[in-house]
Amino acid sequence: MPGLEDLYREIILDHYRSPRNRGELDTPPASRTEGFNPLCGDEIVIYLILDDPSKGDQAIVTDVKIGGQGCSISQSSASMMSVTVLGKTIEEVHQLTQAFKSMMSIHEHDIGGDGSEAEAGVGAVSGVENPSDAVSLGDLEALRGVVKFPVRIKCATLGWNTLNQALDDLLNSSV
Amino acid sequence: MSLDVQAIKADFPLLQRQIDGERLIYLDSANTSQKPAAVIEAVDRYYRTHNANVHRGSYQLAVEATADLEGARAKVARFIGAPHAHEVIFTKNATEAINLVAQSWGRANLSAGDVVVISDMEHHANIVPWHMLVDELGIELRWIPIDEQGQLDLTDLDRLLDGAAMLSITAMSNVLGTINPLDRLITAARAAGAAVMLDASQHVPHMPINVGRLGADFVAFTGHKMLGPMGIGVLWGRTDLLEAMPPWIGGGEMILNVTKTGFTTTELPWKFEAGTPMVGDAVGLGAAVDYLEAVGLEAIRNHEVALTSYAMRLLTDRLGDQLHLFGPSEPAQRGGVLSFTLGDAHPHDIAQVLDQHNVCVRAGHHCAKPLMQVLGVGATTRVSLYLYNDESDIDALAGGLEEASAMFAL
Ligand SMILES: Cc1ncc(COP(=O)(O)O)c(C=O)c1O
Repeated sequence: MPGLEDLYREIILDHYRSPRNRGELDTPPASRTEGFNPLCGDEIVIYLILDDPSKGDQAIVTDVKIGGQGCSISQSSASMMSVTVLGKTIEEVHQLTQAFKSMMSIHEHDIGGDGSEAEAGVGAVSGVENPSDAVSLGDLEALRGVVKFPVRIKCATLGWNTLNQALDDLLNSSV
Repeated sequence: MSLDVQAIKADFPLLQRQIDGERLIYLDSANTSQKPAAVIEAVDRYYRTHNANVHRGSYQLAVEATADLEGARAKVARFIGAPHAHEVIFTKNATEAINLVAQSWGRANLSAGDVVVISDMEHHANIVPWHMLVDELGIELRWIPIDEQGQLDLTDLDRLLDGAAMLSITAMSNVLGTINPLDRLITAARAAGAAVMLDASQHVPHMPINVGRLGADFVAFTGHKMLGPMGIGVLWGRTDLLEAMPPWIGGGEMILNVTKTGFTTTELPWKFEAGTPMVGDAVGLGAAVDYLEAVGLEAIRNHEVALTSYAMRLLTDRLGDQLHLFGPSEPAQRGGVLSFTLGDAHPHDIAQVLDQHNVCVRAGHHCAKPLMQVLGVGATTRVSLYLYNDESDIDALAGGLEEASAMFAL
């Protein structure tokens, strides 16, 4: 059995104890998107503001806040994600999402995140040799150990799936 | 009489398993129970020696397989005090049993505006089938609330039941452990002219029941929580109601005659058992009933009350005000189910730390999201006990919880 230290790295516990960008934003101008993990009841609420949705892929995330409740993995993943995506373009966010999911050994072309990671994780631990590994995940690397605990992968990806849902909604509503 | 738990543990092959050289501490029996060798062997024997399709063949094997299926039904009927074996309908699980009543009895007896009463402490299996009838037929769903002790708040019971067609309620909560006052509920429902269904999934495995005397119309439970195999559940119903109900699932086994223009249904219980049944699972359930009867339901219940009481004391002592236990504070008023929160530690993280010590518990909403909303929590950690648990299991749990509490303190 893999050890707990593989999962609960210090930086994860730090983000769990002091989550960054926690809170709410006024809607509008912000969008509000909820994500659920039906397995355990965890929920994440993402408030998001783009500088100009009509710029499509090149729109920039100018503000993001995270609400909801969940375990240390889902909360810290969302917290680190919020730090990482702030100031990035949607295109960059998509690359980060792909890199993160690849680290979680989820390989999919559709990064919309529809729960298609159902079969991920079991046995597949390497997750290297993927083009999107070129993108630097920074602190998020600390979540790499989650792959050894397959049931927790959904916790780690909850925030990301919700963020991508939020981006889809924003872009669709701007056309 | 106290149980010889060491001897009982030895009857369960899975409990002999070690992970990383350590024994397994299984505290998730409200989710599913482990199986004694007698059950596993009965299923094995059925497939090795008797397997054939039932109620069809005229050869020796088919006769034996049919006798196996009907023998298991007779055992279950006797075990729950059913007046007739034909009132015991085999389903896939408790969920299917409740859906059978909602879909068959419900569609035949309910229409727009009719009222079904449930409670705040139901499992999704006794909520969603009624939500479906709200959408389909426009029935009204009313909820009996709970108090701070996790007991039903019966202050407004008569008003809630006024004009109701059905009271469908859990006999024991799978989250709070609360054992509900069945006599009082059934009497009140009867007085209001409502039919009564009990979700006895957590009751039948752990304490004696006599459906013949209870006065309910339907009782649903599930085999895998009472030492039986996964894949079989039971709906018990009163003969007159079952006979008046239309079939739900159609196909082979449930018909008397089929022509190009229609069909007629066969008699109970087969009217509600379309298609090839789970004979092997039924045999396993029969063996589970034999095992439970040999140990004795009274003895199991007493053991669980004593162990629940030990667990409540020990956890409170060791974890102090970090621990918030839900449900009745009096062990005799509850089953061996303990749901709690522990400081700021999230149940998922707690369960992960416990898993490191081979302690198996459940973390989450326990298929009772409306109850979680009432309790004001997203999730709880749940420990649930059965006849094969003892104080050493609780001691291991307490150690793991102390570790989790320290690790996730904010
Ligand atoms: C109270 C209660 N009702 C219904 C069920 C559903 O049982 P099953 O999943 O076997 O249908 C459960 C178990 O999960 C339960 O605890």
